[in-house]
Amino acid sequence: MDVGTIGAISTVLVTIAFFGVCFWAFSPKLKKRFEEDAKLPFADEPQDKHTDDHK
Amino acid sequence: MGSHATVAGDPPVYDFDIVRKFSIMTIVWGIFGMGVGVLIASQLVWPGLNDLLQPYTSFGRLRPLHTNAVIFAFGGCALFATSYYVVQRTCQTTLFGGWLVPFTFWGWQAVIVLAAITLPQGMTSAKEYAELEWPIDILLALVWISYAIVFFGTIVKRRTSHIYVANWFYGGFIVTVAVLHIVNSAAIPVTLTKSYSAYAGAADAMVQWWYGHNAVGFFLTAGFLGMMYYFVPKQAGRPVYSYQLSIVHFWALISLYIWAGSHHLHYSALPDWTQSLGMVMSLILLAPSWGGMINGIMTLSGAWHKLRTDPTLRFLVVALSFYGMSTFEGPMMAIKNVNALSHNTDWTVGHVHSGALGWVAMISIGALYHMLPKLFNREEMYSVKLINLHFWLATVGTVLYVVAMWINGIGQGLMWRAFNPDGSLTYSFIETVVFSKGGYVMRAIGGAFFLTGMLIMAYNTYRTVNAAKKAAESVNQPVQAPAV
Repeated sequence: MDVGTIGAISTVLVTIAFFGVCFWAFSPKLKKRFEEDAKLPFADEPQDKHTDDHK
Repeated sequence: MGSHATVAGDPPVYDFDIVRKFSIMTIVWGIFGMGVGVLIASQLVWPGLNDLLQPYTSFGRLRPLHTNAVIFAFGGCALFATSYYVVQRTCQTTLFGGWLVPFTFWGWQAVIVLAAITLPQGMTSAKEYAELEWPIDILLALVWISYAIVFFGTIVKRRTSHIYVANWFYGGFIVTVAVLHIVNSAAIPVTLTKSYSAYAGAADAMVQWWYGHNAVGFFLTAGFLGMMYYFVPKQAGRPVYSYQLSIVHFWALISLYIWAGSHHLHYSALPDWTQSLGMVMSLILLAPSWGGMINGIMTLSGAWHKLRTDPTLRFLVVALSFYGMSTFEGPMMAIKNVNALSHNTDWTVGHVHSGALGWVAMISIGALYHMLPKLFNREEMYSVKLINLHFWLATVGTVLYVVAMWINGIGQGLMWRAFNPDGSLTYSFIETVVFSKGGYVMRAIGGAFFLTGMLIMAYNTYRTVNAAKKAAESVNQPVQAPAV
């Protein structure tokens, strides 16, 4: 296998991996979960004044 | 699956002592490193300043001291401080590692002090951003591995089920910097203070710039993006704009950055295909960089009004704007034709500083202003007005610096490549130096603005800490910030 073929195969694999990550991250099933995860920085502050508009 | 964010019971009493230490040293080393920067900028205006104490104060010896001090001492302490703060709070647990935690602090300070002693003496391995000689490199590697154990150990014992995205960026930064440092610093020691690189020729250059560009990509970008993903949402009081985008951002950024280093070696002895690969990868890198920037800025949607009253938030948002600007400029400069004009000119220096002052320093300063009151159990900093003054000094200073270097860089590039019809050069080198003088003056003024801002920050911090001490004395109990 020459360098060109390895290059071509790795390009295809990386492209698949990239779209895989995109589809996983944006899959509608996980939307709710990620919205919850995004609130993690606020989870340890029961009465933080910065989070007023977030309760 | 239930909520990922909440856990049963109260959050623990976090290890904030180490965060306080690193935060204070961030400011101390910031002033030191930027002070050296203003000195060497002034040397380019008044060359006589080289002779303050020859040979120790010549530009060639102080320049690596400046870069090491601002990147590793200032930036490094900011990364240690914020990563220890963020990983504890988002994992809702204390730091793992016992004595390794203070070792990372004292070890890191020792590396910085050793750098400040050896570099002015001319002890250098001559690798840009990796100038330190091998005994210091070994100490640095030990500190870094301890850092990795503390950080990932803390993640392992977390009380939350999810690992927040900021920790992914910090983790990626820690692992990659360990690999970069150990591979690039491989050397054959000759004496205690002299070694030769384990690599030779074009391979040595490629290893060096694989390291050098990823020092930018992982030390100065991924780590500070970790900061961004925690402190921007916290200061704005709302979760990050799109958590899904942050996941794509992370994987795209870390898988692309590692390939871009060869754009530092355009038109060199490096194989042509490697140069082109670096150029293409650098161009693609624009997408995740801007994805991350937009994600950070859009976090403010609905909270824009806070920018009017909150200079800390302004620091964080302007940092993101400079991040967007320099990650656009970078790919442009990686294009071979543009690089033919920009290479070795002051444009490169301007680009670095729009990233270093505009992005790295501003996001760190914003994070510190957010963190310091919480660390010292205060409502807010001693003076919000002084934060505002610092903000304007930093912004104006950065703009002056960058614009001066754009003018100089493009002018130098055009003058160097100008030919007469008979094939001789239109300008001698000294003519381009004379042309650059105005820009050098403007750059020194911009740098002095930025440094003044840091001094104001030091004063503001001193007053805040002092007030905290007084308050603690009056109620007669030790300063121990609770989980506010």
